[in-house]
Amino acid sequence: MSAEIRDAVRTFILNNILRRPNYKLGDDDSLIKGGLMDSFSLVEVQLFIEETFGFRPDDVDMTVENMDTVRMIADYVAAHR
Amino acid sequence: MSLHTARFVLPETRAAYQSLLERAAQHYRERPDERAVIFVPAGNAPHKPITYRAFFENAARYAETLRGLGVGRQDLAILVMDHSEALLYAFWGALMLGAMPSIFPFLSDKLDPGLYFERVRQLIGLSGAKVVIASAQYVAALAALNSGVPIVNEAALQPSEGAPHFNPEVRGEDIAFLQHSSGTTGLQKGVALSHGAVLNQIANYSAAIRLRTDDCIVSWLPLYHDMGLIAAFVLPLVQGIPLVLISPHHWVRDPKVMLHAISQYRGTLCWLPNFAYNFLAQRVRDNALEGVSLASMRAFINCSEPMRAESHRQFAARYAPYGVKPEMLATCYAMAENTFAVTQGGIDTLPKIDLISREALSAQHIARKAVEGERTIEMLSCGKPIPNCEVQIVDEARQPLPERHIGEVAVRSDSMLSGYYRRPDLTAQALFNGWYLTGDYGYIADGELYITGRKKDLIIVGGKNIYPQDLEAIADEVPGVKAGRTVAFGVEDERLGTEAIVMVCEVETDDADERFEIARQVRMRVAQQTEVTLSDVYIVDAKWLLKTSSGKIARGANREKYLRERDGKT
Repeated sequence: MSAEIRDAVRTFILNNILRRPNYKLGDDDSLIKGGLMDSFSLVEVQLFIEETFGFRPDDVDMTVENMDTVRMIADYVAAHR
Repeated sequence: MSLHTARFVLPETRAAYQSLLERAAQHYRERPDERAVIFVPAGNAPHKPITYRAFFENAARYAETLRGLGVGRQDLAILVMDHSEALLYAFWGALMLGAMPSIFPFLSDKLDPGLYFERVRQLIGLSGAKVVIASAQYVAALAALNSGVPIVNEAALQPSEGAPHFNPEVRGEDIAFLQHSSGTTGLQKGVALSHGAVLNQIANYSAAIRLRTDDCIVSWLPLYHDMGLIAAFVLPLVQGIPLVLISPHHWVRDPKVMLHAISQYRGTLCWLPNFAYNFLAQRVRDNALEGVSLASMRAFINCSEPMRAESHRQFAARYAPYGVKPEMLATCYAMAENTFAVTQGGIDTLPKIDLISREALSAQHIARKAVEGERTIEMLSCGKPIPNCEVQIVDEARQPLPERHIGEVAVRSDSMLSGYYRRPDLTAQALFNGWYLTGDYGYIADGELYITGRKKDLIIVGGKNIYPQDLEAIADEVPGVKAGRTVAFGVEDERLGTEAIVMVCEVETDDADERFEIARQVRMRVAQQTEVTLSDVYIVDAKWLLKTSSGKIARGANREKYLRERDGKT
C-alpha cells in the first residue's frame, strides 16, 4: 500500500512540478533541500493530497521538515488518511 | 469607504520633519492607543494588535540596550532575525538611537545554516558593523563566529524604563538604514538611504497612491527587500496607517491567509511581486475562501519584477467573485537606490497596455505600435514618475533618447541613495551627473514608462534579485564541472509569472550517471546556499559555451543557444 502511495506522489511530482516524467527520483531524494523544487510547490503538493487522498493536510504540516522526500510525503499520507 | 471624510495623508512630510524619528515621536505622543501594526503570527495563534505606545516602548528597549553597548548615532547594526515582532522593534530601536539598522535576509528551511552565518561574518567584516541583534535561536551560532562585535539576544532584553527617547540630533542627511540584497555580490552593495531621502520618498509616493487616513495596508512581504521594507513597513509607521503584517514563510505555505486578512481588516493596499498574482490565482481553492470579501481594496500594486498583463487578468478573473475589480490592479517600478518607487500606474485609471511590434523592437530597438497582422508584444505600463522624480531613457553614450526608443532607464529624484555604504567606487559607477543608471532597458510613451529588458546581469525570481555570478561560483566548485565554464541566466516562465533560473555547466565526463550526479550536486548546492532553486541544470560537453570577443562567457548568447536547443527538442 505505501509503495502505491509513494508511486502516486512520485508521478505527481515528476509530471506536475518537475515537469520531467523521466527524471530518476528516488524515495529519499531531498526535494527542497536538494533544489529540485521550491517551497512554493508545497502548496501544490497539499492540493494534490487533498484531491487524491481525500483529506487536507494541516497548513502547519506543510514544511520542509515534514515534506522533503517522496517517502516523507507518502508516510504522512499513510498516517493521516 | 466614504470619500468625504477621508483625507489624503501627508504629502507635506518632507518639509515638516527632519527625520523619521520626529514623525514616530509624534504618533507616540498624539495617538498612543491607535493600532500601528496587527501582527499575524504563523499557525493558529491569535492576531496581535500593537498600539503606537506599545510599539515604540518596545523599540526603546533596543535603543537603550544598544546605547549601553556603546552603539551611537550613525553606527551600523545588523539584524539577523526571523520575521517576528522583535524584528520590527529592533529596527525602530536602532533608528531611534540614530544608528543604522540593516536587516539580513532571513534563514529559510532549505539554506545551509553554516554558510548562512558565514555570510553574516563576511558582512560584519565588510561593513564595520558595531553590533548584531539576533533572534534567540541564532545567538550561539553568531557568537561562535568570533566576529568581534557584541551579539544582542532579542529574548534577553530588559524592560524599558521611562518614556522612549527619539534622538533629536538626527538630521535629514544622516543615514537612516541600509538595504542589502542577498548573495556574495549583493552583500557588497549596501544601499545607504538618508532620513531626508526616505521622508521624501514617503511624501512623493503617498501623493502618487493618494494615501488616505482610512487606508489599511496588508502585507506578507519580507522586510529585507525595498518593497516590504518601505511600502509595507516604514511608510505605514511614518504615515500613521495601520499595517497588517503576515510572515512570508506563513504566506508561502498558506497563501489564503493574506486574502482573509484583507477581508477581516478591510484592507485597501497591498504590494505584490508579479508571481504572486499567478500563485494566488492558481493555488487557492474556493473552499478556502468562504466568507472572504476583497471589495474594500483600493489597489493591488504589482512591483519588483517584470509585470505581465496576463498575470493581472488571471488574478482579476479568479477573484472577481470576491469583489476584485480590474481598476484595483496597479503597477509600480521601484528600486532600493531610489528608496523605493520611481513610477506608479493604475491608481486613477487602469494601467495602460501598449501593443508593440515584435519586429521593430528586436530589429530597430523601437517600441512602435503594432499594426494589424503584425506579431506583437504586450507591454504593461509602469505608470508615470511619482512627484519629484524624473525618468529619462539614455543611449550608450548616456544621451537622452526620444519617446518609444529603447535605452537604459535613468532616474533622478530627491529620494536617491546617499551611496553604496563604504563603496564610493560602486557609487561612482552607478551615478552619472546626478542620474542613477538603473541597468534596466525600457522606453517612454505618452509620459509612461515601460520596461523591456535588462542591461545588468541580474535575475529576478519572485521579486528577489539574484546575481548570476554568485550562482556560477557555486556550480564551479562542484567536482566534475569545468571551473569557469558555467553560466546562469533567467528564462521567462509564463505559468509561474516570473523568471526560472537555468544553469548550463560544461563537464568532462560523458557518462550519463556521472552527469546526473553532477547536476544533482549543482542543484543541491545552489538550493542550500542561495534563496533560489534552479529550474534546469543543463549539462553539456566541453566547448559548448559561447564567449565574447574579450573571452568572457556571454550570458545572453548562451541563453539564446539554450532556448534553441530546448525548444528544438520539445
